Amino acid sequence: MALVALGWFNIYAAVYDETVSQSMWDLSLNSGRQMIFILASVVIIMGIIIIDMRFYEAFAYVAYGIILVMLLLVPLIGKEVGGNKAWLGIGSFGVQPSEFAKFITALAVAKMMGSVGFRMDNLKNQIVLFGMIGLPMVLILFQKDTGTALVFTSFVLVFFREGMSPFLMIVGICAAFIFILTLLIPNQLYLHGGIIIALTALIILGKKKFKRIAILSIGALIIMGVIESVDYVITDVLKPHQQNRIKALVNPDADPLGYGWNVTQSKIAIGSGGFFGKGFLRGTQTKFDFVPEQSTDFIFCTIGEEWGWFGSAIVVILFMAFLLRIVFIAERQKSRFARAYGYAVVSIFFFHFAINIGMTIGLFPVIGIPLPFFSYGGSALWGFTTLLFILIKLDAHRGQVLQRL
Amino acid sequence: MNEGRKEILQIIFIITGLVFLVKLFSIQVLDNRYAELADSNAILKEVEYPFRGLIYDRNGKLIVYNTPEFDINIIRKEVKEFDSARFCEVFQISREELRKRFKEMRARKEYSPYKPTLFIDRLSNPEFARIQDHLDEFPGLYVQARTTRSYTTSALANALGYVSEISKDQLARDESGIYRQGDYVGQSGIEAYYEEQLRGKRGVKFKLRNVRGIEKGSFKDGAYDTLSIPGKDLVSSIDIDLQQYGEFLMKGKAGSVVAIEPSSGEILALISGPSYDPNLLTGRNYSSNFVLISNDTNKPLFTRPLMAQYRPGSIFKIAQAMTALQEGVIRPETRIYCDRSIIGCHGAHSNEDLRGAIANSCNPYFHGVLRRMLNKGVSNDPYEDTRIGLAEWNKHIRSFGFGGSLGVDLPNEKGGLIPTPEYYDRAYNNRPWKFSNIYSLAIGEGENLVVPLQMANFASIVANRGYYYRPHLIKNIGSEGPLPKYQEKLSTTIDPQYFEIAVDAMQQVVESGTGQYRAKLQDFIVCGKTGTVQNDPLPDHSVFIAFAPRDNPKIAVSVYVEDAGQGARAAASIASLIIEKYLIGETKRPYIEQYVLNGQFLY
Repeated sequence: MALVALGWFNIYAAVYDETVSQSMWDLSLNSGRQMIFILASVVIIMGIIIIDMRFYEAFAYVAYGIILVMLLLVPLIGKEVGGNKAWLGIGSFGVQPSEFAKFITALAVAKMMGSVGFRMDNLKNQIVLFGMIGLPMVLILFQKDTGTALVFTSFVLVFFREGMSPFLMIVGICAAFIFILTLLIPNQLYLHGGIIIALTALIILGKKKFKRIAILSIGALIIMGVIESVDYVITDVLKPHQQNRIKALVNPDADPLGYGWNVTQSKIAIGSGGFFGKGFLRGTQTKFDFVPEQSTDFIFCTIGEEWGWFGSAIVVILFMAFLLRIVFIAERQKSRFARAYGYAVVSIFFFHFAINIGMTIGLFPVIGIPLPFFSYGGSALWGFTTLLFILIKLDAHRGQVLQRL
Repeated sequence: MNEGRKEILQIIFIITGLVFLVKLFSIQVLDNRYAELADSNAILKEVEYPFRGLIYDRNGKLIVYNTPEFDINIIRKEVKEFDSARFCEVFQISREELRKRFKEMRARKEYSPYKPTLFIDRLSNPEFARIQDHLDEFPGLYVQARTTRSYTTSALANALGYVSEISKDQLARDESGIYRQGDYVGQSGIEAYYEEQLRGKRGVKFKLRNVRGIEKGSFKDGAYDTLSIPGKDLVSSIDIDLQQYGEFLMKGKAGSVVAIEPSSGEILALISGPSYDPNLLTGRNYSSNFVLISNDTNKPLFTRPLMAQYRPGSIFKIAQAMTALQEGVIRPETRIYCDRSIIGCHGAHSNEDLRGAIANSCNPYFHGVLRRMLNKGVSNDPYEDTRIGLAEWNKHIRSFGFGGSLGVDLPNEKGGLIPTPEYYDRAYNNRPWKFSNIYSLAIGEGENLVVPLQMANFASIVANRGYYYRPHLIKNIGSEGPLPKYQEKLSTTIDPQYFEIAVDAMQQVVESGTGQYRAKLQDFIVCGKTGTVQNDPLPDHSVFIAFAPRDNPKIAVSVYVEDAGQGARAAASIASLIIEKYLIGETKRPYIEQYVLNGQFLY
């Protein structure tokens, strides 16, 4: 099993090498560093495989504590990169504790869920879990790194798998959907009208119990409240650059040189790739810096431009296979800890994959998170490597684990 | 527990992946817009304007060459924090002017803020040197080097023509697709006639640039680049020294001088007075100067040698004589009494033969000649008889190159007029007409019209004894000779032997006739004929045609000086000075030169 997973990783690593070296073509410094990061991640893999599997479960809370302290320290002593104060300087290399917070939180959450007597439908347990992901989120938000903070919301998928009522997820998705709808449809009266019609339809069609009608009505009122609050949220709560990113998603052509620049240029770069792309190192858009952050968050542009739809599709399909493979691995775990951890891994990867590629092709607002295994950056790479290989380690020893569930 | 949820998550993953694939397919494969945008992002098309062909004179002296000038293009989207006050200061233009330029630029159809657009055009070398150091203060401005015309001499403006930016109409009419807005195109003269040969081929360089507009080398290693191909150099038949001398003589006079090498049809000098300095119509002040020149009441842009139509006057008698001899209605010995009751005459003579009649320009003689030609008694109906005669006469006269354009290599050549029977039908509104209505044709008055170029060509025909090559200004195009039509020998309908009589008579005019005082030269036998073209109520036009030497002639000349009286004065003097200048290189008669320069021809 470990070998199979390693095979996956190698494929990624191979793709990764090429992609990195091309985008690093005029940034030789970064490409050189990235090689070091890759080598270092191999060391990490070895370390992870050597360490006894029980260690991860045993020290999950300890590590969680440490990382929280580090996250606390970052805003105080960290250095600022790109507007986000998320880096702890160690020599010339910076480290982002928030990247490591992902897998450590995943471990801690998994341990919590795997603990004896834990029940997902227990309100107290739920609160504890949300607290566990909420704490690092808040700390990371203090670093102004909204993207990474949002990654933690992906744990909701784990909770869902482990028995949490889907209600929360559905409400969340609905809220986001309505939020975007509000931006797209200028006249909010239509929306309110639509909600009232939907509400009436539901009441008439369904069972006419008082409780149900009351719940539906309250829900509708809340949604209408959300709609009304959208303007307030956009103009008063979000920072200007975040407002613009959302505006850019809704209408990137409104200001293609200003806030729409990233998305516009990213789409141009990917879109100009055609079916087979322009060929290795032949991308004009990415090579000449038209796409910002092209070696980190917008790495997918390079693939899209130079390898075309063909290459992009391979990457997307590989990611899909990768995610489904992790689901498969997670499902065959015998301990709840390992399974929950497996789902945490897949959720985190999925979130990164979906948001990152989504933003480069204009389906999601621009959120600064890396594409796993592709984007430049040591902490992120190590974070992902650790995340994945702890799962592989757990999987390799799954036979030794007693069925605890 | 929760068994279905695994599948739900997997479905979510797969749907996300599929959505990405579809979206990628639509923007990458289905939508070409992005590829185009990418090109306009990264590829900068740089036009390399070709060098226009140079023009040399017949002795290899450079007449027209190119000097650099600079256009300033602007890419609007790259302009940031435009300091208009500073801009006006550096470029020395007013704020209104600047505002106007922005407005004009935006009004253009093809205007795009992402593409370089012409902003300030035609800065000369010194002007550019002044602003060059300040250009980096204005990001978004790009310099486009090109060349403009310069002239080594102020002479020959009318024949050379001028070059200017292609107009909207021209661009709309252009079907070749060669021209773009902002291209230069020859507008008149040689520049227009030989536009195709002179213009060369534009080159294009595709350059890659990064997001800050900094060049990053050529696109695909220059696979799509084309080099500009310079236009072909032209060698003119003009003798620029002779041309300058002619313009010097014509200073302050209206009229024209045309000199042709008879053996080839090459035009040695083509002087139109008044003229202008061709250097005025180059560079940045082209527009304002053009308005000045084109509004000048003296019409300096009017190329008189090809466009001014005059009645031919007495000189036409030579053509009449040749036609009559060919038709056999007279012989050289034929004498006709100078009956001044029919038509006025001048000088003391009474009953001349043909040579004497030409030399003395006897009007009644040629009245008689034309009557014999038009009324040969082919038909008993005098009206019909005249028609037949006129048609024959017209055919002969036209073979001298009259009555239609000669096909010189300049635009807008006028053909003059030699009446046909149909012409008189129209003129008389189909009422009958006969010889008595049209006899003033006999002495070159009446309905005849010629241009000075045709008269010079006529002198050339007599010099050649009956043939000519179409007059032309360009003898070499690149490494090739003149256009094919200028290598074709054209013969008149007249037997060459009859031309000896014309030559004799013309020699006599200069030896002992009206030309003896001002056209006779010591070293050569000059053959000439004066003409005095009626121009009521203003003074007559002074006309003279000549060729020299008598045998194996090297130069044929026609001179028109408007409102200057008798042909024997202004025109004869200028013609002989031109001949002298061309054959000897200087005049031995400074008093004649002085006489011409004084310009007092009417006493």
